[in-house]
Amino acid sequence: MRGASRMFGPSRVNKSLWQRLRGLSWSMVLVNLAIACIGFAILYSVAGGSLDPWASTQMKRFGILFIAMIVIAVVDIRVWMALSYPAWFTCLIMLLAVEIAGAVGMGGQRWLDIGPMRVQPSELMKIAVVMALARYFHGRDFYQSRRLTSLIIPAMLILIPAALVVIQPDLGTGITIVGGGVAILFLAGLPAWIFWSAGIAVAAAVPIGWQFLHDYQKNRVLTFLNPESDPLGAGYQITQSKIALGSGGLTGKGFLEGTQSQLNFLPEMKTDFIYTVLAEEFGLIGGLILLSLYMVVLTYGLLTGIGSRSQYGRLLAVGLSCTLYFYVLINVGMVMGLLPVVGVPLPMVSYGGSAMMTWLIAYGLILSAALHRHVNLAPKGSGLA
Amino acid sequence: MFSRRAFMIAGAQFLGFAALGARLYYLGVVQGDEYRVRADKNRVSLRLIPPVRGRILDARGRDLATNRQDFRVFLVPEQAGNVALTLDRLGRIVQLDDRDTARLMRQIKRQRRFLPVTVAQGLNWETFSRVNVSIPELPGVVPDSGMSRAYPAGPSVAHLVGYLSTAGEDEIGDNPLYQLPGFKIGRQGLERQYEGRLRGTAGTRRVEVNSVGREIRELPGRQEATPGEDIHLSIDLELQNLAAEVMGEHSAGAVVIDVRTGEIVTLASSPSFDPNDFALGISQANWSALMNDQRKPLLNKCLTGQYPPGSTFKSVVALAALEAGVITEETEFFCNGKHPLGDHVFHCHLRRGHGRVNVSQALSKSCDVFFYNIAHKLDIDKIAEMARHFGLGHTLDIGLEGEKPGLVPDRAWKRAVLGQRWNLGETLNVSIGQGAMLTTPLQLAVMTARLASGRLVEPTLEQRAYGGDFMFGNLPVKPENLAIVRRGLEMVTEVGGTAHDYSRGKGKAKLAGKTGTAQVRRITRAERVTGVIKNEDLPWEMRDHALYIAYGPVEAPTYAAGILVEHGSSGSKVAAPIARALIDRAIELENGTVPREGEEVASVPAMLRPQGEVS
Repeated sequence: MRGASRMFGPSRVNKSLWQRLRGLSWSMVLVNLAIACIGFAILYSVAGGSLDPWASTQMKRFGILFIAMIVIAVVDIRVWMALSYPAWFTCLIMLLAVEIAGAVGMGGQRWLDIGPMRVQPSELMKIAVVMALARYFHGRDFYQSRRLTSLIIPAMLILIPAALVVIQPDLGTGITIVGGGVAILFLAGLPAWIFWSAGIAVAAAVPIGWQFLHDYQKNRVLTFLNPESDPLGAGYQITQSKIALGSGGLTGKGFLEGTQSQLNFLPEMKTDFIYTVLAEEFGLIGGLILLSLYMVVLTYGLLTGIGSRSQYGRLLAVGLSCTLYFYVLINVGMVMGLLPVVGVPLPMVSYGGSAMMTWLIAYGLILSAALHRHVNLAPKGSGLA
Repeated sequence: MFSRRAFMIAGAQFLGFAALGARLYYLGVVQGDEYRVRADKNRVSLRLIPPVRGRILDARGRDLATNRQDFRVFLVPEQAGNVALTLDRLGRIVQLDDRDTARLMRQIKRQRRFLPVTVAQGLNWETFSRVNVSIPELPGVVPDSGMSRAYPAGPSVAHLVGYLSTAGEDEIGDNPLYQLPGFKIGRQGLERQYEGRLRGTAGTRRVEVNSVGREIRELPGRQEATPGEDIHLSIDLELQNLAAEVMGEHSAGAVVIDVRTGEIVTLASSPSFDPNDFALGISQANWSALMNDQRKPLLNKCLTGQYPPGSTFKSVVALAALEAGVITEETEFFCNGKHPLGDHVFHCHLRRGHGRVNVSQALSKSCDVFFYNIAHKLDIDKIAEMARHFGLGHTLDIGLEGEKPGLVPDRAWKRAVLGQRWNLGETLNVSIGQGAMLTTPLQLAVMTARLASGRLVEPTLEQRAYGGDFMFGNLPVKPENLAIVRRGLEMVTEVGGTAHDYSRGKGKAKLAGKTGTAQVRRITRAERVTGVIKNEDLPWEMRDHALYIAYGPVEAPTYAAGILVEHGSSGSKVAAPIARALIDRAIELENGTVPREGEEVASVPAMLRPQGEVS
């Protein structure tokens, strides 16, 4: 425990803002900053060696959200616990709003315009589901959680937003929400046989669920299974992506020298396929460095959970770590041809604000959980008087 | 319990990252080389530089087929995305009507998506600039300023030069040159025949392309195209034009050969078409008109038209008879207009008969009975042998597709083809150039050139360099016999000859000639009794073909001509003036009597003067 105490800082429960800032895990803040900087560099390269139009915009967004992450980190975790259910309901209302607006004629709309910002409620929902579940299981001891009846509310907390997201349609985000939720159920102590049977049930449901998929989603899965079958159509992206990744070799073609990306062979290269550009220009080494940085920050989240005293803090940190992990796994697995193309960005690196926002807010919460790991929360509530 | 499960999750996360890392290692290091090759294939495209097609020039270096700057617009369907929308936008600039659009859409459907279709060509600079300015809104549209084929000489050389058109799907095969937008290949005539020489060799350049195939930059290693070879023809455009003019509306073919070199100076077929119409894609109406014309404008009658030579063949028969010793210069036969054979009566074209005629008179008056008499004594195989010496019965290989061999019938031919024995009546028919005999106008001209020079003149369409030696070997005949035939042919144009040359202008060369009439229909015995219907009273397609062969000047022949006018009725009235006009002009052009710009008149070397000349 001495090692852990050195790792997570001083153990006093109520600290001043200054103490909390000092206690913040700055090394993790720096690793996040490093990931973001890699993103800026690639966006600079994708623009043909120019800050405009992408890198500069991305930097401004990051500036704001980075400060937001630190603010979230120093806010007492009890505040976040108190806000868990309201956050879930707010996100649900926003999702419904998007759903209705989309139905009214915007097609598959995924975002809401709030003032100058464009917010994607499904992104925030990823966090809110983890918060709400953590809140639900907080105060229920391990053996209480094993009762099947106590599964009804968590199932609704997960499935209602997931269903809304999937019909948007945004399969990737839906999977991430379910994945994060299931991770918490697992951690909360649900019997292992439930996961086994759920796994079997999902496998059985695949042929049925297949019929409910949109044609383009079906195509993606089919193309994933055999990308070379349609090298100019649906398989084009993945074929070109693999060519770019593979041609990078061990050390890459050099910064700004990625021929496949610079010559527009890659679609979506500033968003979903940005990892490909990195691997083409910096090779295996560059690709592994970015993966390692992700692994460091995500492992820190898991360790935070393990080291937390409160059930809420544990579930929040590990659940968010899993949510963020799915982001990275699905995106990188997708561009490498290991997973179907589901349109998930690489957080902090892909151009766009939503994924970055999710990542930094979630990581702010992980940092907050780390900062407040010794806080012993009341079983039933936030612990705030 | 929580920690155990959290560590399980940590392990799963680590495994996931390990899998990603391993996959990256597999793609980049294990398969890296393969992907690097594929990346280069993606990126580097070998583009062809089309060669400039060689020109076709006449004997004086005038363009018969040349290239001119042409602004045009292509569409590559594969790159266009929404083809209809792009065409609609483009159509507002280059003026496409609904029919054009429909035609283009059909064409796009027919061919492979990466092949460009020509949307518009022959654009002016202003329209072309407007297309270029609008390129950002026109995906897949490729403006191009290239060379297009032009035929400044137009219809008068159409049969000779042919035309170009886009290679068909089946011809494209593996030849990437054919896939270039607007690349065309020779379709007929010399354009087709000399395709290999005219085309040249494509150059190559390596370009870096982006995903839609747009060029980003050129990489080093450019190889320039080798332009096609210019073809210098022996044809004289002025004569060719004159031939077209004098043949007028007739369905006819005229060939003029330089007796000394075998160079074909005129090879004209009428009616004709404008090859420029084909260069820009011929309209359906225009095409049907050409196809449905009974005078067959698309056929080169000089090579592909096979006609009985009629009386023009008598010159060869006479020579064969003299050579065989069947007759001499003095041998006379009596002509009363009829020549019975068995229960059949062969008629002379002159019903009242020619009286006593010798060989020269028989040629000049074209007495049929004289040759019927010869036929009794001269075996058909002897006639056929002599005919072959004169270039009849086989192709002359002047390098144009579609040349027909004609037909010289003999015993072997009849046995092989009909399985029957030869009979004498047929020899009688052949002796006056009828029966199964078939010749092309080109063969007639060559036959005449050989008669005029006594040499085995071989025709050619390309210029022959004058060597220091005789160009051709001698005909295997006695010069004195040749002189007798020539005397007969001279008399044709004199008073009492069938083609008494009223049209011989003052100071013009004296020509030797021979008329011919080839019957298209059989004249029945009943018709002979009631009187043969005059040609003018018959429908056009039943009238006789009119033929004429000529050479001149008789003192030292330089040019020989073979003329055929389909259903022209009279060789002397219709065909002879054409020969006269052409040979006159050919001589004038050579002598500089008609001034030619910057031209020195080459005198004829003495050694090239014809053999067996009667002075």
